[in-house]
Amino acid sequence: MTTTTDASTGRHIPDRLRSPLEARLKSWESLLLLVAIAIFIANSLASPYFLNAWNLSDATFNFTEKAMIGFAMALLIISGEIDLSVASIIALASTAMGAAVQFGVGTPGLVLIGLGTGLICGAFNGVLVTRMGLPSIVVTIGSMSLFRGISYIVLGDQAYGGYPSSFAFFGQGYVWWVISFEFALFAVLAVIYGVLLHKTNFGRAVYAIGNNATGAMFSGIRVERVKFTLFLLTGLMSGLAAICLTSRLGSTRPSIGFGWELEIVTMVVLGGVSILGGSGTIPGVVIAAFVMGLVTFGLGLLNVPGIVMSIVIGALLIGVIALPRLWAKWRA
Amino acid sequence: MLMQTDTQKDTDLSPVLELDGVTKTFPGVKALDGVTLRLYPGQVTALVGENGAGKSTVVKIMTGIYQPDGGDIRVDGEAIRFPTAQDAARAGITAIHQETVLFDELSVAENIFLGHAPRTRLGLIDWATMNAKATEILRGIGAEIDPHHKLHDLGIANKHLVAIARALSIDARVVIMDEPTAALSHKEIEELYELVEKLKAQGKAILFISHKFDEIFRIADRYTVFRDGQFVGDGSIAEVEESDLVKMMVGRDVAQIFPTRTSQIGDEVLQVVGYEHPTEFADIGFTLRQGEILGFYGLVGAGRSEFMQSLFGITKPSKGVVKIDGQVRVIRSPADAVENGIVYVPEDRGKQGAITALPIFQNVTLPSLKRTSKNGFIRLAEEFALAREYTQRLDLRAASLDTHVGNLSGGNQQKVVIAKWLATQPKVIILDEPTKGIDIGSKAAVHEFMAELAAQGLAVIMVSSEIPEVLGMSDRVIVMREGRMVTEVSGDDLTPETLVRHAAGI
Repeated sequence: MTTTTDASTGRHIPDRLRSPLEARLKSWESLLLLVAIAIFIANSLASPYFLNAWNLSDATFNFTEKAMIGFAMALLIISGEIDLSVASIIALASTAMGAAVQFGVGTPGLVLIGLGTGLICGAFNGVLVTRMGLPSIVVTIGSMSLFRGISYIVLGDQAYGGYPSSFAFFGQGYVWWVISFEFALFAVLAVIYGVLLHKTNFGRAVYAIGNNATGAMFSGIRVERVKFTLFLLTGLMSGLAAICLTSRLGSTRPSIGFGWELEIVTMVVLGGVSILGGSGTIPGVVIAAFVMGLVTFGLGLLNVPGIVMSIVIGALLIGVIALPRLWAKWRA
Repeated sequence: MLMQTDTQKDTDLSPVLELDGVTKTFPGVKALDGVTLRLYPGQVTALVGENGAGKSTVVKIMTGIYQPDGGDIRVDGEAIRFPTAQDAARAGITAIHQETVLFDELSVAENIFLGHAPRTRLGLIDWATMNAKATEILRGIGAEIDPHHKLHDLGIANKHLVAIARALSIDARVVIMDEPTAALSHKEIEELYELVEKLKAQGKAILFISHKFDEIFRIADRYTVFRDGQFVGDGSIAEVEESDLVKMMVGRDVAQIFPTRTSQIGDEVLQVVGYEHPTEFADIGFTLRQGEILGFYGLVGAGRSEFMQSLFGITKPSKGVVKIDGQVRVIRSPADAVENGIVYVPEDRGKQGAITALPIFQNVTLPSLKRTSKNGFIRLAEEFALAREYTQRLDLRAASLDTHVGNLSGGNQQKVVIAKWLATQPKVIILDEPTKGIDIGSKAAVHEFMAELAAQGLAVIMVSSEIPEVLGMSDRVIVMREGRMVTEVSGDDLTPETLVRHAAGI
């Protein structure tokens, strides 16, 4: 009868018109990498102390903890949600660990409490968003106040200290030469999240949901389950960052990590993740982490005050986001 | 190529708007290749062509949304350019789209004049003039609507009239109607025809875009045919046969619209018992066998899509049992439905059917990732292989498999959605208005494909509001009205009269 349904006569459609390499060279990540290299060169020219292995190693602490959360946040933002409570989860997890120290809990126990607190907070956000159908930006602005509020109630103007000496390894230990434990963890997590987002069915579902959640649901994707998992992961990473940061500082105050949520979102967006969801990559976030770390470190070496640094970071974000668009408009 | 240009001899009028040799190229595609289109005052010109023929592009050029790469636009014989949509509106060209965006919280008059409201000398909105003018325009199209009412107080039909009034509020000379009847009921369509007659009498030039031939022959005075971005011919409707138009559109003879089928009906696959929803439908029960095409007919709003979406796990039924191959199955989500071999091709392709911002191959493999992956890890080679196999079976037209679905024409998007579901090797496929808004060539392809799927033993449910399609394709038809099954017809009882009578409750 008909030929339209016969596979042998259907017309051949090539898989790709552009090679993956070509696509990669023209990507946002390549542009960002150039920015990172430029900043690196500028820094090494501006300060004689910059090109020193130990100084550079110290500089990585500017971004490793934020980037851990940034990876999970990238997936969450690509899926079309956001979590603004991450810094408050750090505070709550750190407070929980600090309180446990007062009862003589050892390092393994503290790690479990830190991660567990993060998971519980993530689950709390996740349930409100996926079960109750509330918008995540509202839910997590609420839980941002809630979680840190609990820390303030518990601690007031006090601080928890007295962490066991073995606990110091997470934030102060080195695995090899100048490679800190935190930097190694950052590298391993970058690979894990890169694979998760770009090489697994789960990652594909994240992109599908971010581009069209209804369409993804109609395609048999368990949208709520994926989103809940992403909130759990973000909570877990916040717990992990709390362990590293608390270990590095050696004490817990309720103001710990204050304002980090915006720095983390900045890092993710700078890395090319669309704030509207649907697109972005982990390599982009990794490069953005380095860019932010290098800028902070470079300005620090030049004795630029913190408030100026945040101005520079903000200008960098707007500049890097706006320039390609302006350029495209100009060409058209 | 078949060329007919007898434009001038059947009319003494000169065109209000004329496109001459207009070309528009997008990256990789020549959307329009030197097309000609003339619109005359007081006449309805039907623009016909398959999806992807360039109809939408030409509308966007006429309304200043796209700029042509070449060719001339002339208004009253004078060459003109429309750098922006406002310029086109100023020249008196207006379009009534399939879905005009209106604002529920604003008044009828505000909706009509949004963006070009009459002003007082102080630059404030002149409410009195605006309401008076709105009343006048609404009267002109035979709508008795109070312009002070908030839009959300109006019914769908009246909202549609407001959309039309909005298009006419700029004192239009050229009115473009892009598939204006696609979402309307029978009665509303009749009212629209009356409106078109009124506009004609006022001397407006009307461009009428439609896939429905009965409409074209009823309402149009002239026709223009495009194919693959090229002008094929134009002329007077009175001098052309339907078959000629089809031939010009597709460039070949379309002998029969519906494939002949010999039904090989096998074992029972699906049994639905007592399906009920608190508000949308009640007491639905039927069985479906392998190789069978079961049609669901009814008026728009009869609860057919709502029931299908419930069967697919999107909305929860309050009561009811689904058996697949005789086993009771609980379906709480589309994921459950897909696992149980039930798939659904929704009516709304852009929002529900496809993820238009993702490439073709990712759309096709999305529900089949478990098969193309290994331990949850993506294997691109397997994905491309699966996508290639099923897109070729459906004769998809695309530049490459990593083209975004949003760049395809409606018919080809539908093919991607169907390919996506066939790749899951389902037992039951539900097609909700599968040929709505797609061109005649793609329509025939979808019909032939449905017949072949049934021949291969798939059980097919087809929801359709087009009687010829329902009659031409179904072995049995269930008619629904107001959320209930009214009757089940098959064999010699399958006549247009029976279906319409039951659907309308006469």
